[in-house]
This record gives sequence, structure tokens and C-alpha cells, in this order.
Amino acid sequence: MRRSVALLLLACASFGAVLGHASATGVAAVSDAAVQGESFPRKLSDFGFFAEAARQVPAAGVTPYALNTPLWSDGAEKLRFIYLPQGTQLAAEGDGLLRFPVGSAIIKTFAFGEGEARRLIETRVLLHRAEGWVALPYRWNSEQTEATLALAGGRLDLVTPAGEAISYAIPNKNQCKSCHSKDGEVIPIGPKARNLSQEWLGGMAAAGLLDAVPVDADSLPDWATHATGPAQPLARAYLDVNCAHCHQPGGGASNSGLDLRWEQDDPHAIGIMKRPVAAGRGAGGHDFSILPGQPDKSILLYRMDSAEPGVAMPELGKASVDRDGVAVVRRWISELKD
Amino acid sequence: MNRIALAAALLATAAPLAAETHVIAPGEGAQERLQEALILAEPGDEIVLEAGRFVLTDGLSLDVDGVTVRGAGMDASVLDFTGQMGAGEGLLVTSDNVTLRDFALENTKGDGIKSKGADNIVYHAIRVEWTGGPKETNGAYGIYPVESTGVLVTGSKVSGASDAGIYVGQSRDITVRGNLVQFNVAGIEIENSRNALVTGNIATRNTGGLLVFDLPGLPVMNGGNVVLRDNIMKDNDTANFAPPGNIVASVRRGTGVLVMANDGVLIEGNTLDNNPTAHVMVIAYTQPFEDARYNPHARNVVVGPNAFGRGGDDPQLDGKDMLLAAFGGALPPVLWDGLSESPESALKIASGVTGWTLNLSKVGQSLAEAQPGPLMLTPTTSWDVPEVGAPAALEARLK
Repeated sequence: MRRSVALLLLACASFGAVLGHASATGVAAVSDAAVQGESFPRKLSDFGFFAEAARQVPAAGVTPYALNTPLWSDGAEKLRFIYLPQGTQLAAEGDGLLRFPVGSAIIKTFAFGEGEARRLIETRVLLHRAEGWVALPYRWNSEQTEATLALAGGRLDLVTPAGEAISYAIPNKNQCKSCHSKDGEVIPIGPKARNLSQEWLGGMAAAGLLDAVPVDADSLPDWATHATGPAQPLARAYLDVNCAHCHQPGGGASNSGLDLRWEQDDPHAIGIMKRPVAAGRGAGGHDFSILPGQPDKSILLYRMDSAEPGVAMPELGKASVDRDGVAVVRRWISELKD
Repeated sequence: MNRIALAAALLATAAPLAAETHVIAPGEGAQERLQEALILAEPGDEIVLEAGRFVLTDGLSLDVDGVTVRGAGMDASVLDFTGQMGAGEGLLVTSDNVTLRDFALENTKGDGIKSKGADNIVYHAIRVEWTGGPKETNGAYGIYPVESTGVLVTGSKVSGASDAGIYVGQSRDITVRGNLVQFNVAGIEIENSRNALVTGNIATRNTGGLLVFDLPGLPVMNGGNVVLRDNIMKDNDTANFAPPGNIVASVRRGTGVLVMANDGVLIEGNTLDNNPTAHVMVIAYTQPFEDARYNPHARNVVVGPNAFGRGGDDPQLDGKDMLLAAFGGALPPVLWDGLSESPESALKIASGVTGWTLNLSKVGQSLAEAQPGPLMLTPTTSWDVPEVGAPAALEARLK
């Protein structure tokens, strides 16, 4: 609850700033040179995305957003922002990925801990440059005053909200691409119209930052309903958001033949009665990715429910098991009929 | 702009920067230093791994075209992944025209080196090893090029893979030459791939030596045009230690060559000795499938002249004792399931090649319905030798 209120406040502040109302937080300016240049800025502050970085208060032109069903990353709190240069806007294309103008950026900060104890761990930026998207990871210092470029990634020990002590991995630049890639090009993953709330889309359109709210667009369920909502849409949304960036044609795991995108409706492609190809011990002794009615005999759930390297899926960005995600997918597979 | 200025500008932008060499030493911070070098490399650069042991915690990756990663030798420069905490493989390559040579990877948690969509890749004198010997918990593949055109794997050594030591999948124009694969479930596997030459390799102490598979339901289909020539498959007698659920878990201990489905496989000039189930096995894919693109039959498999030593004398087959008694103590070298899309389209043998058949009559039939008998094929005297192998430019890179 506290988090959604904070997001709402941020959203108001930012919309206000964009619309030109006086705003205490809207004075800082983003460096278009840093976003669009050819270099890899060494410090996150070089971009000027934040008016107050430690509190994650965005600068003018930087708008927070949230996803209906988010990617799970060891329970990290995520603060997501979009930067649009003056005079530009997003364009909606059905329920898919919003089209971003050159010069825009997507910023995502990963944090652990509540309230005063909150620590910013890393901020990942996606920069839309003339030659394409560039993904860069920045690691926060312990003083929380600056984040510096971590091209080669890194590790640190922390305790997840679930109370598990883990070695948390900050991805290296190539690992950013291994998720953010289709047909060899870097692309954003999260900001698809179907995974953004109608309120947010409407607000952006009203502020002139989005060309139009897509009509009749599909909408992923709100993950806050995961415990009680219908299993099928929740599970398919979860797999779309957490797995399909690799498991789709042209994605990093295309050779598996598994396609977990929301829009895929071929049962075999999403894993039902599909035999493994290169799963190795990740198969866990099971014959099928998904065996209807049998979550405990389904490779997909076995790998979700593991934190062991070589078995665990996703391969990146996870050192512990997402109990909520496992529960939803378990419920869905249990309900599937032969 | 006048012409001279234009020319100068063109020169300034078009002249390639001189290729650089980045030398990486083992020791403190090796993970970050090596990964950073792999990220910042420019096409044409060489990354040199000094001799020694690089203790790594995470998978490495390379996404820059035309880079060479070179160590001081497969026993000198060792990337040690015993303490690996993340990623699905030791090294992932996703760029084209990459050369990997003269270094080792040990104890990766998943696969050893995976190259995906990485055209014209060369693996030379690479060692991938799980040092605890054959174990179900070892990674699946040692050397793992997939979805690539132009693959050369040569002079390398893989042991302990819980699936295949060298696995080439969904690729084309492939040469796998002069490698040593031992104590893997499958020594070398060519899967859903075309135009592959597998030659001069030694496959020993695996469960099965060389596998040529075509499987349904994958993005790239229609495997075939594979030549297995002048390899040695000897003493492949390690019990199958693949995790259940994987297709290779069905490989019988003691298989020299296994061809499953595929269109066009030539097996000639090989030496096969002491493979206790069968020197050569040719079968259809037997699982149910729903892929209209898929043909489960083996087609146009030719077993030419090969040197067959002792074998088939301790087969991992039901009815083993009866079979051995019927065939005089050892099964003949070639085992065929008897399944053919049309008469005689599955298997051809050269004069002097002997074998036996299960005489099955339809794909998916239970082995209990087999009616074993000697292979009664009319020997062929000539067969097509398809154009196969990696582009010559890949070989030239090693000169």
C-alpha cells in the first residue's frame, strides 16, 4: 500500500512537471547528450534522470510507471521511469510494446528494504540511440549518493523480503541483452500496453506523452490478485513477463521451441505435452514441460521452483524461488485437463 | 566539401582501428576483468588468457563479431566454474566470426560453451571437463553450437557431459574433426542439422559414441546430409547417466553410432571396437509427435566399409541371452529397427557389412513385437557422397 501511494505521488509530481506547473522536483534537467551520445556514461548522475536520486524523485520529463504483472527479481522493489525528450511522445501499437522515440530512455532501479532501511542496489537504463537501444547497468554505492557503470556486472550479499540470504547478481551489459533481445537486437520488454494500467495510459495520453490509448487492447491481470484471481490469466501473464523474453521465436531460448508469450495459443508451443530439447538435468526426471493436471511432473514448474544454477529458470536475475509465482503456475497446471 | 576533404573524411571514418590484444591474467577480480574485456572488445581484437586458473562465479558472454579468445593451451589456461552461482553456461557466444582456442572450462553448472546464432564460429583445442567424472549432476553439453551456419570444432576434448560432449543443433555447414570425447552420455551429437562432416574423432568410454538425431517440434527441422568418416568409436561402455526425461537417456550403453530419423547419413571408414550393444544402430523416432513437418523415419542411411571389431557381445537389450545364443555369442555390427518409409529407402549397406533387424513394421511399435533376424539387404556398390562441412575460411583461420 505504501508503495502504491508513493508511486501515485511521484506520478502526480511528474505529470505536473511535464505540464509546466510549478513543481519543487521538476527543476533538474536530463542530459540529452548523455542519452543520445555514443559513450557509456560512467555515472548515473551524468544522465540527470533524477531530481533527487537517493529518494528516486524524477527530473522533469521523467515519468514513473508500474506494470500490471511485473518481472520478479528476488523480490526486489522496482522503481520504473520513462524519459521522453521535450516535444516527443510514445506511440501505441495495439497491446504490444509502446514505440519509443529516439532519445528516450527507460530507467529501472532495484531496491531492497522498507522505509528508512531501503537500499538502492542498481539502476538499469535502456537508452534509445540513433543506432538502436543500448542497455547499461549502474551499481549504487553504499552511501547511496551515486551509481557507477558496472559493465561487467557484480555480486553482493543481501537478504530478500522473504528472508532468504542470497548472493544477488547485477547483470553485466551482455546479460542485459540476453533478456532484452529479439533477433539479435536490443529491445525493451516491460512497457507493453497490455501490461500498463488504463489509468496510466490515459494520463500519458492526456499529457500529450502518448499518441492515443489503444482501443480494445488486451490487458494482463493485476498481480496483486495472484492469491485468489483466476489461475489461467495470472499464470499466462506471469510466464509472458518472466519467461517469454527468451522463450519466443527470435529470443535467447528460441532453440528450445518453447514459446511462452501471452498471445501464443498453440498448447504444444507453450509446453503442454512438449518434450525437453536441451534441458539436461533441468528436466528433473520429467518427460514434459507441462503435464496437464500434474504440476509435480512438469519440467516448467520444477525449474521455476529451483534456485540451483543449471536447473533454475530464469537463468538470470534469480537467486531464490518466487513462491507466489510458483503457486500460481502450480494452480494453473493443476486445473489443466488432459 | 572539396574532393580532398571528402577523401580525408572517408579515410578517417572508414579506416579500421588496428586490432588490439587484451591480455587477461588470472587472480583477483578475474571475473570482472575478463567479462569487461569481452564487452569492450572491438571486431578483430584478440583476448588472451594467460596461463593459470581463472576462478569464476558467473557465466561469461561475448557479443562482439570477429573476436578471438585465445589461451595458452587447453591444460594451461583454465576457466574454473566450480563455484559458479549463475547463468546457464560457462561462456555464451552470440556474435559471428568468433574464434575460441587453447583454453579450458571446468565444472560449469550448466553447459560448457554455448554459441547461439553465432555464424562461422571456430572452436579449436578447447577442453571442457567435469572433473568428478560421469555424473547426472554434470552440465548437459560441453561444446554447444546451435542455430548457426558455419561451425568448426577441432582438436578439442570433452569429458563428463550428462548429455553430449560436442552437440551441434539446428545448424548447417559443420565440421567436427579430430576431437577426443570420453565419459559423456553421447560423445558427439548432430541434431536437426544439415551438411555435417564428423571425421577423425575418437569417441571412447561414452554411453554412445556418435549420435545423429532429427527431432520434432523444433524451430529448425529436417536434419540430414551427414557424413561420419574415419572416426574411432571404441569401448563406449559407460552406463547411461543422463537425467531421465532427456532423449539421450534412452541411448543404450555400448552404442558406437546411433542414427535416429534423418535424411542422408553416410557411415564409412570408421573403426568400431568393443561397443557392447551395437556398433551401428539405425532407428526411427518412436515417440508420439504432432509436427506435420516431421518425418520420423531414417532415410538414405548408408553403412559403407568400416572396420568392425568385437562388439554386440553384451547388449543392453531385452532378451539379451536369447539374442546372443541365436547369433552365436555376439550380435552382428549393424542393428536396424526394420522401419522404412518405402521399401529399402531407410538403409543401404556395402558388401561385407552384416547386421540384424528387429523387423518392426510400424513406427512406435513395442519392442516386444520385434521379430529379430539377420539383415537381408542386397549390398550397394556405389552411393552419393554429399557436399558437407564448414566453409574453408574457417579452417584457414587456424593456419
